[in-house]
Amino acid sequence: MAYLTYKNVGIKGLAAAVPANVIHNYDYAAYFKPEDVKDVVDKIGVKERRFADASTCASDLCFAAAERLISDMAIDRTEIDLLIMVSQTGDFKMPATSVILQDRLGLSKKTMAFDINLACSGFVYSLSVVYALMQQNGLRKALLVDGETRSKIYSPKDRKAAFLFGDGGVAALIERDEKFGNSYFSLNSDGSRESLIKINAGGYRNPSSAETRREKVVDEYGNIRSEEHGYMNGADVFTFLIREIPKDIKELLQFANTRMEAFDYYLFHQANSFMNNHLIKKLNLPFEKVPFSIEKFGNTSSVSIPLTIVSQLNKEFNTPKKLLLSAFGAGLSWATGIVTLDNCHISPLVEI
Amino acid sequence: MEERIKNAFQKALEVEDKEIKLTDQFRDYEEWDSLGQLSLIAILDEDFGVEIESDDFNEIITVGDLLKAVQKRS
Repeated sequence: MAYLTYKNVGIKGLAAAVPANVIHNYDYAAYFKPEDVKDVVDKIGVKERRFADASTCASDLCFAAAERLISDMAIDRTEIDLLIMVSQTGDFKMPATSVILQDRLGLSKKTMAFDINLACSGFVYSLSVVYALMQQNGLRKALLVDGETRSKIYSPKDRKAAFLFGDGGVAALIERDEKFGNSYFSLNSDGSRESLIKINAGGYRNPSSAETRREKVVDEYGNIRSEEHGYMNGADVFTFLIREIPKDIKELLQFANTRMEAFDYYLFHQANSFMNNHLIKKLNLPFEKVPFSIEKFGNTSSVSIPLTIVSQLNKEFNTPKKLLLSAFGAGLSWATGIVTLDNCHISPLVEI
Repeated sequence: MEERIKNAFQKALEVEDKEIKLTDQFRDYEEWDSLGQLSLIAILDEDFGVEIESDDFNEIITVGDLLKAVQKRS
């Protein structure tokens, strides 16, 4: 039962970067009939996405976001003592991408840096890790970067994934300040459902081979992918989410001794419009308090919650705002957070 | 309940005029696909308050089987 409480730590600033290359989903029809494309796109609500080019990695998007944040907030780089990167599309298998970024960002060699490998739940999970570490006075400022190039891991010939995912990167500056008050988190995992969203080969369990790279028809709908492409069993994930997510949110509200109505905004992982709309209705939330960025950027995995804040709420944080965060995805792994943003700097969206 | 389940299929698959029979093997419907399945899951949750685990759902073959499964859970 991972319920966590942190005092007087919060996000002071946030920036995001996306590739300039816009994919218009209704026109993304190289492998499918236009009417089928329309059915899928209407249902999942992803009208546009951003795709990184072959030479751009998640870390490049994070780097651009971090540089913009450091410049806009005139952050003293020598005061950043902690750097965490969340990603499942890192630069290399070794070393950790956060360590490479320590040098690229011109941070001190005294910076504590490590990666967190989680999918869509990653930002909320990692925020909790940063908040925990920041209870230590030995750390002055923390930089949490989160980037994904999901466009590179799914098959464009697999209708279940081809229209959904996009790329992006964010950087958040986290500091101690009494104005933030208490934050609360609930963090969860269910590895018995590891096969529901997965890249089956290319790691050490099923090493890369000619066979794992071979594209083949995988179902009765004629979807095509290799064992090294990501896949998703959307129906089973959905069944799981509609049971577990409302429950986790309600339990955390109880733990934090607060009510569902107490929030200025409810930020959900941007999975797809259909699932998100169902969750919002099930929780009886007012739609005007639930920002969406899925239409413009698609599902960017762990990046989606902070990208939604930067792209949809960039003028909203001059007065304290209480946020409920809910993120869920591969693992399965899911997290709920209650945080306050107060005078949070939001940089304009960066395009690279 | 029987009519409501038949309506659930019509709504999920966006085929208001289609005749749905209890003996139909719904995966054979031309309109059945992963999007339709998502819609059906949402309708079962919203209108019937029922969630069916995927392993159990895979055992459900006909519309009548689904009716029984929903009756058992509601």
